[in-house]
Amino acid sequence: MNAEMILPLLAAAVQTGTPILYATLGEIVTERSGILNLGVEGIMMVGALAAYVCALATGSAWLGFAAGAAGGALLAAIHGLVCIGFRGNQVVSGLALTILGTGLANFLGVAYIGQSIPGFQRAALPLLEGIPFLGPVFFRQDALVYLSYLAPLAVWAALARTTWGLNLRAVGEAPEAVEAAGLSVSRLRWSAVLIGGAFMGAGGAYLSLAYTHLWTTGLVAGRGWIAVALVIFAAWHPHRAVVGAYLFGGVMAFQFRLQALGTHLPSSLLLMLPYALTIIVLVAAGLRLRSQAAPAALGVNHEPPD
Amino acid sequence: MRRLLWVGLCLGFVALIGISSAGAKDIQVGFIYVSPVGDAGWSYAHEQGRQALAALPGVKTAFVEDVAEGPDSERVMLNMARKGYDLIFATSYGYMDSMLKVAGQFPKTVFMHCSGYKLAPNMGNYFGRIYQARYLTGMVAGSMTQSRQIGYVAAFPIPEVIRGINAFTLGVRAVNPEAQVRVVWTKTWYDPATEKEAAKSLLDVNCDVITQHQDSPGPQEAAQERGAYSVGYNTDMTAFAPKSHLTAAIWNWTPFYTEVVQSVRNGTWKSASTWPGMEKGLVDLAPFGPMVPEAVRARVEAEKARIIGGEDRIFSGPIKDQQGNLKIAAGELAPDEVLLGMTWFVEGVVGTTE
Repeated sequence: MNAEMILPLLAAAVQTGTPILYATLGEIVTERSGILNLGVEGIMMVGALAAYVCALATGSAWLGFAAGAAGGALLAAIHGLVCIGFRGNQVVSGLALTILGTGLANFLGVAYIGQSIPGFQRAALPLLEGIPFLGPVFFRQDALVYLSYLAPLAVWAALARTTWGLNLRAVGEAPEAVEAAGLSVSRLRWSAVLIGGAFMGAGGAYLSLAYTHLWTTGLVAGRGWIAVALVIFAAWHPHRAVVGAYLFGGVMAFQFRLQALGTHLPSSLLLMLPYALTIIVLVAAGLRLRSQAAPAALGVNHEPPD
Repeated sequence: MRRLLWVGLCLGFVALIGISSAGAKDIQVGFIYVSPVGDAGWSYAHEQGRQALAALPGVKTAFVEDVAEGPDSERVMLNMARKGYDLIFATSYGYMDSMLKVAGQFPKTVFMHCSGYKLAPNMGNYFGRIYQARYLTGMVAGSMTQSRQIGYVAAFPIPEVIRGINAFTLGVRAVNPEAQVRVVWTKTWYDPATEKEAAKSLLDVNCDVITQHQDSPGPQEAAQERGAYSVGYNTDMTAFAPKSHLTAAIWNWTPFYTEVVQSVRNGTWKSASTWPGMEKGLVDLAPFGPMVPEAVRARVEAEKARIIGGEDRIFSGPIKDQQGNLKIAAGELAPDEVLLGMTWFVEGVVGTTE
């Protein structure tokens, strides 16, 4: 592997990591409020389909992206209804949502398989693309990748610098305290679930609008689960989610390039790398952090006093 | 034009069968597909064959798409057999053992399995010599490459895929002896995002023609975005990459399926392994893209005519493997058993079969 190959590899790492980054941010927002949403995979599927159908119908990629986020939020609302409305088991509801979302998208999407849309194409940013090293890696991508550079900043700012963010984090740690302060636990958790769902839907939309320009069954192919794992790796911090997503994308892109160069390593071993890395990183994160980083009330439903 | 031809063909069959089988009871034919029919790939090609059957009088057809290999497929086959289907086509390798099991329970139903090798008194298997078309597309790719590096996005390392890569490579080197074919495995049949990424990795190591085994247009898209060329598989993939699509190795199941239905109906069907090729029209080339020069077209068409004429010399020796060991001696033509069990790459392929 020589220097000429490094830049395309890193650019591929960014693109491969982008859908995972959107979804990971969505799960971070959700979990920070104390709600565990294991339905990411299903929500991404619905987001991908909604985005595709809307882009196909309206001819606008941006409207499609908005529809993807809306579709994600809509499916996440079911999780909100079960967990916040009826205080159902969060793990069970999330798993059910994955099955429901995947099945629903596959079923409703049959008619759209085999069609193609222009979607988002690569559009280099003037001036910025000329920066040595950074330009080719970060600024010769598509619009949704550029948007994903702002997303972690926005999530961080919202969580760390706004009253809503402060309250949200408090709900994730000690809902009783928030309630005692006279705030609505349900309302805060609802906002987190819906905004988180929109981010997950956006991750799915990236797959059908920019990464490929088509819809098919199984388009998400396990990326939602990687996002769930990366939240722990990121220790619930938006900035670290960027590192995790690009690391996963980078290893994925790297192993294909290793094959293309003609390595003698078995492909089964190489294809395992990104997933093996995820497990190693999780174990490492688990050893280092214990469970201190997790919101204290994560996965615990809040029973309002009578 | 193509549609007109189809209509003409179908009408012809309608007339034929209308005369020959007046009064015969309807035959029920079921199809099981591994992917959605809209995939523009493998299942789509079979579905074209089914639709042609459905247009025949006295033939009732049904299909179930996106059926996972293994227990799921067994359930679908059982269901069809119980409902009294006369003939069931299962069109993926992984359906083989399930079909064998179900065939044992329903001796009166005829089962046809695509791309496997197991037989039962009421179960036959069939496949097409798509490697013939692969060889021809290899000739096109070998003529069009500037960098002499061609990328092959491959599915799973099984003989069917390896045979295709080898035939393609032999075609490439028949016109461009120095060229190499680089193989990247994705271990997927249909994952557009992953397959596109694999194609991009090949483009990054200087490949300027991309071909594929999977059913998705992902690799075609990647080639077009980089201004490279691409060779499709299964069906004409021009619509996905009009600027890069040179040609494609394609399936046309209609004549074969019609023949099988006829033989089951007449009671002349026998369990056998059938492996027809270009001579039956089962395998073909998609129309050339406008960028393919006349000289290349002529050369490929001439070779195609030879193959149709029964002169399939694609796997005739001397053929060496990647390490330079002689696998097929000079003057020898590899028998079908060797082709069906192929697990080694020919000289000129960069990659491993593991």
